[in-house]
Amino acid sequence: MIHSLFLVNASGDIFLEKHWKSVVSRSVCDYFFEAQERATEPENVPPVIPTPHHYLISVLRHRIYFVAVIQSEVPPLFVIEFLHRVVDTFQDYFGVCTEAAIKDNVVVVYELLEEMLDNGFPLATESNILKELIKPPTILRTMVNTITGSTNVGEQLPTGQLSVVPWRRTGVKYTNNEAYFDVVEEIDAIIDKSGSTITAEIQGVIDACVKLTGMPDLTLSFMNPRLLDDVSFHPCVRFKRWEAERILSFIPPDGNFRLLSYHVSSQNLVAIPVYVKHNITFREGSSQGRFDLTLGPKQTMGKAVESVLVSSQLPRGVLNANLNPSQGTYTFDPVTKMLSWDVGKINPQKLPSLKGTMSLQAGASKPDENPSINIQFKIQQMAISGLKVNRLDMYGEKYKPFKGIKYMTKAGKFQVRT
Amino acid sequence: MSASSAFNDEKGGSSSVGEPEYGHDPASGGIFSSDYKRHDDLKEMLDSNKDSLKLEAMKRIVAMIARGKNASDLFPAVVKNVACKNIEVKKLVYVYLVRYAEEQQDLALLSISTFQRGLKDPNQLIRASALRVLSSIRVTIIVPIMMLAIKEAASDMSPYVRKTAAHAIPKLYSLDPEQKDQLIEVIEKLLADKTTLVAGSVVMAFEEVCPERIDLIHKNYRKLCNLLIDVEEWGQVVIINMLTRYARTQFLNPNINESLLEEGSGGDKTFYGSDEDEDEDEEEKEKNAEAPAMAKRKPYVMDPDHRLLLRNTKPLLQSRNAAVVMAVAQLYFHLAPKAEVGVIAKALVRLLRSHSEVQYVVLQNVATMTIKRRGMFEPYLKSFYIRSTDPTQIKVLKLEVLTNLANETNISTILREFQTYIKSMDKDFVAATIQAIGRCATNIGEVRDTCLNGLVQLLSNRDELVVAESVVVIKKLLQMQPEKHSDIIKHMAKLTDNIQVPMARASILWLIGEYCEHVPKIAPDVLRKMAKSFTNEEDIVKLQIINLAAKLYLTNSKQTKLLTQYVLNLAKYDQNYDIRDRARFIRQLIVPTEKSGALSKYAKKLFLALKPAPVLESPFKDRDHFQLGSLSHLLNAKAGGYQELPDWPEAAPDPSVRNVEVKDSVFTLLERVTTLTSVPEWTKCSSREKRKEKKVEKPFYSDSEGESGPTESADSESDSASGSESGSGSEESGSGSESVESEEGSESEEEEEDEEEKNKKKKKKELKKPVQESESEQSSEEEERKPERKSKQRKSDSESESDEEESESESSQSESEDSESEAEIKKKKKAAESKPPTKPVKKENKKEKKEMSLLDLDDFEPAPSPQVTPVNTFLSNSLVTDLEGLSLSDTVLSPATIAPSSALKNYELLHRITGEGLSVEYCFSRQPFSPDANMVAVQMQFTNNATSDTKNLHMEDVKLQSGMRVKEFPEIELLPAGETAAAVMGIDFCDSTQAANFQLCTHTKKFFVSIQPPVGELMRPIFLTENEFKKEQGQLMGMNEITEKLTLDAKCRNEHAIVQRVTTAANLSRVPCGSDKECRFAGRTVTSSSLVLVTVATKEEGAAQLTVNCEKMLIGTMLVKDILLALTQ
Repeated sequence: MIHSLFLVNASGDIFLEKHWKSVVSRSVCDYFFEAQERATEPENVPPVIPTPHHYLISVLRHRIYFVAVIQSEVPPLFVIEFLHRVVDTFQDYFGVCTEAAIKDNVVVVYELLEEMLDNGFPLATESNILKELIKPPTILRTMVNTITGSTNVGEQLPTGQLSVVPWRRTGVKYTNNEAYFDVVEEIDAIIDKSGSTITAEIQGVIDACVKLTGMPDLTLSFMNPRLLDDVSFHPCVRFKRWEAERILSFIPPDGNFRLLSYHVSSQNLVAIPVYVKHNITFREGSSQGRFDLTLGPKQTMGKAVESVLVSSQLPRGVLNANLNPSQGTYTFDPVTKMLSWDVGKINPQKLPSLKGTMSLQAGASKPDENPSINIQFKIQQMAISGLKVNRLDMYGEKYKPFKGIKYMTKAGKFQVRT
Repeated sequence: MSASSAFNDEKGGSSSVGEPEYGHDPASGGIFSSDYKRHDDLKEMLDSNKDSLKLEAMKRIVAMIARGKNASDLFPAVVKNVACKNIEVKKLVYVYLVRYAEEQQDLALLSISTFQRGLKDPNQLIRASALRVLSSIRVTIIVPIMMLAIKEAASDMSPYVRKTAAHAIPKLYSLDPEQKDQLIEVIEKLLADKTTLVAGSVVMAFEEVCPERIDLIHKNYRKLCNLLIDVEEWGQVVIINMLTRYARTQFLNPNINESLLEEGSGGDKTFYGSDEDEDEDEEEKEKNAEAPAMAKRKPYVMDPDHRLLLRNTKPLLQSRNAAVVMAVAQLYFHLAPKAEVGVIAKALVRLLRSHSEVQYVVLQNVATMTIKRRGMFEPYLKSFYIRSTDPTQIKVLKLEVLTNLANETNISTILREFQTYIKSMDKDFVAATIQAIGRCATNIGEVRDTCLNGLVQLLSNRDELVVAESVVVIKKLLQMQPEKHSDIIKHMAKLTDNIQVPMARASILWLIGEYCEHVPKIAPDVLRKMAKSFTNEEDIVKLQIINLAAKLYLTNSKQTKLLTQYVLNLAKYDQNYDIRDRARFIRQLIVPTEKSGALSKYAKKLFLALKPAPVLESPFKDRDHFQLGSLSHLLNAKAGGYQELPDWPEAAPDPSVRNVEVKDSVFTLLERVTTLTSVPEWTKCSSREKRKEKKVEKPFYSDSEGESGPTESADSESDSASGSESGSGSEESGSGSESVESEEGSESEEEEEDEEEKNKKKKKKELKKPVQESESEQSSEEEERKPERKSKQRKSDSESESDEEESESESSQSESEDSESEAEIKKKKKAAESKPPTKPVKKENKKEKKEMSLLDLDDFEPAPSPQVTPVNTFLSNSLVTDLEGLSLSDTVLSPATIAPSSALKNYELLHRITGEGLSVEYCFSRQPFSPDANMVAVQMQFTNNATSDTKNLHMEDVKLQSGMRVKEFPEIELLPAGETAAAVMGIDFCDSTQAANFQLCTHTKKFFVSIQPPVGELMRPIFLTENEFKKEQGQLMGMNEITEKLTLDAKCRNEHAIVQRVTTAANLSRVPCGSDKECRFAGRTVTSSSLVLVTVATKEEGAAQLTVNCEKMLIGTMLVKDILLALTQ
């Protein structure tokens, strides 16, 4: 399936290559570079590029292109999903997935890739198994390794793949047994010029950090499972049980994982927690434009709206912006024309605003496009859909684990058109 | 070289920042001489004795490979290290070997023997990795060796090794396609494998080697469907895609009736009024309702296997893996009845939240689907709205979907949305939007005028690109009804002064020329202006000017004759030969001269013929002849290796080919045990009441009971389907890993239970129904089943050894021998098993010897102190219980006395051939290991069959899972030829059946060996009274309890035999019991002292129920398997 993998950095250099079958010359990437040149933006490189003898399927993550070389028919999503899994694994191992991190750990990267694919077909992609095979590098281990000459490769061959719960390694032990669940909801919305909602939906995930000894078997139930319209599960969740009782029952993997992602049914009206008053105008014939933006909280159930960040791509004609924020700081990049305003927390008594003028290119006609405003925010201790976890029970082990559930609401793709 | 040196420079810069390792890198020097010198350096390091140096060298070499540097000259130095002990060095050598073996075939052969040895290793994972590397070395000369290795691995007892064998098949095939026939045999064999681990890999091999041999799938079809949900995600994708193709060849088109009733999209709407997945019953009704309309045709009945596939794939729409979701979506799109396809929409829309590459692929497929089945995505219209932050390629695809979704009802919202898009800064996107508006206008007549007006307004847009695109689109729209819109044409004529975009200018000119009769006054003027600027125009514009001139000359020659002459003259001397040719051609055609032929008469007809309006259609039209989700579909071109999706057959092929004859029942039971681990037992117990209620609610569940519950059979879906339906009925079995018919036996046991309860209820209600009836019903049912089961057993007995081993490996990989499947060993084993009476005597002899030697050894090391004392306490304890037991029932035999003597089973640690004369056997002595109570005592018996003495027998290099510990046996200084010696070692297995790997060393040789305990040896007997037992059992309910029904082997129907078999299988002690129908056993696991309670309750005619209560679920499940095996064979 996957023949070879090339890692290409932002400046177009191949800095790592790996072949699973016979070697494919790196010149095959020339087709990719051509496509890269044609695309105006880095993310506009087509994910699938046909060449005379091969097909290149690529993903862009952390400003690195992961280019897989394919020789024959294969579902493109299969390759794309796998490449993303590779990136996730690197991130998991090295903390970040940058060119420098990959180069520093080139041997671990190679060992990982070797285990993840056999003859181009995915073999071990479960992070729990990989971590048994190849231990992630930590500062301590690197030091110990250099002194003692020992290695990152697990002495023992892993067992997870052979067990009935392939995602969990055996023999897990912790002194503090804890299970934390983060319910994070994101609001995707498009708000139109007049402030009315064009589309809004809530997507949520439950991320878990489970550090429990042995083979615990957990069940998690919701107060209002009906809210969940569409769900996708980590493979550990027993689907039949969910179908029948709307209870999540699972033997968790060890460590961090995404238990569930869900979509809240679109029948429910979505509460939009912030509103924006904006007045962005350009006058014909004048080289000045007015910029006036005010944010305010709305339907937040008494919770504070925090970490607010407003960004907007201003029209190309704007040379500079001279603005005055009532709180926070703003930056304007004259090259990319990107305006971003770090607001912080919204104080309902004193609404944050950003006012001032924009200077335009002299003599140029007024730009007729209106910039849209992207907003990011966070609301702690609240799931905007009202989803509530009812209880979490553990079976299969004797000890009492420490359990914690945290709720958070964030802005997803939250856009205000002007 | 220059390119790579530039590359090096770049590297050199970065290397100083964060990677000291690169500073030393031999390849980063860049100068040839130093390069070679450095390589010598590496060679030296590789030749050294220190692992750390070797490792360092290998790391550098791998770093070179990673950056595409040539490291092939190091091959001889590297290949020497293939047998290195250090695992990481070894792995890196493998990496190197796989990369360069093809280039240096002769040298690569040196490494082969290492892998061949690895293939015989007792550790399954070493066998697997040896096969993996061996098959990855692309050296043609070893093809026969690979073939042999694959064949052997395909019948390995470890499913993991079999999986590796499946992976190796396509490797060998690509190396030597001649081997196809032999490989197909292996694939056929592996396809029959019942483990989820193998399924995905073998189907992948099937797809690469012999996708045309669809007949191989028949027998495995139902099994694959049922296993699907438990297969790992990548395997799921491959299997689903293959099954899609399979189903297309084997089943009838489920939409065969509908396609006759209504064609096109108009009818869709009624079907998709609600996007929810309609109940099966409803669907059935719908079909029935349709039936009279289709009186002429035979009503369509879906093949139960077809239904099985659809049902078993549906839960996978919830997968986190986008590729799996897409695979299911395409399966539904290609195979499901129209009414059911809707379910996939929601899942596909969910994927739109994922990475942009995923969005890109999903949107392409959604675009194709929306053309065929617009209705199913209509409710999600807003999910395709475009954000300014989307990448352009995503925007364009979303636009495509929105356009496809547009209809009379939603067009106004879509157009409003389009209006905002037009203001976007992304001009490519704006152009695409205008095209989209054009398409909406052509497709939906009502809004054509609105769209046209909107587009005309855009003509005054400041952005030239926008205007140009609008012109092009307007041109296409006007062609539909030109007479109505002469004012627009006029308006556009005015634009020629301003618009500079060639395509737009050309379009305007064509429009004016085509409809010059609508604008008779303006047209000549436009031509005048164009004639002036002719020389400065782009080529396409010039061509249109000539066209315009020709058309005007034909309609209005008075005004334009001179202008036309002028233009044609200009064109005559144009640089572009296309334009010169066109000018010459037109001149001949329109200007009447005496030379001009007959054609000039028809010039008007030629130029002013009525041209059909262009059809604006989606580029995704008709893309669905490619299988959705495939690369070929994405590219809209056939990719290499693409398997065409066949058309539905006219008549369904014989469905009976998929019937599988019933096979081993033991396996079935084991399968069930494994599935029990993944689905907690307590569900069953606590929520039985609830489930019953649900069963009433959900028609689905009642299906499985269709056969037994007479009241429900009436409304159950369809009789033909109910057989296969039984799988989904039981939620405990995790979507049923059973293979339909063959498993019915085990399935029905559960149902029986439910049924029993139901019967009870019925009894209460009806009061009059005699008790016997229901019971006799059951028993008769049972009787019917029994002969079947017996035959199953017989079959499984006669089944080749491999099957048995498979199940063994499944249970716990209890036996680590067999890696060499020499008949000799088997014979031995069989002989040992078949002669139980003689064996104990022998063993006792051995034991005496052992104990003697142990006493001798005591002088050297305090470790294994004499085991006499603990044995005494052990016995005395059992005496107490015996006494207690006596008062309750006098038939109870002392279990403890039976257990240790007869239960000891010898395992082979080292065969005398592999051990070069030294053979080692071991057994679990079941006696407390006095140095450490948490360890399991292992008695080893060394026999020196060689002609020379063996010295310094000791163990080394112990490799254990975390937490495990080993107390080594004291070194045996001398073992003379022909002599036997014994030793005891202790292993703390941490209550797992992980193998303890170590090396057995003599003064000359080292042997890798491993000891893997059967689960029954991980516990020690304890003594409980009946009351204590019941109390403890009461605390270990729920998921800690595992219950299995079984039929006892004919030879072990009496209590004594049961006790003996159970105590042989597990180191437990008998608990006294008042009833003679029950045998109870108790023990604690060695390491964690968790209670293990076993109950065997016998019923008449050999039926029995086995209950195991254990805190450790895994131990419990494995123990159930072992005891089941012991009792049923």
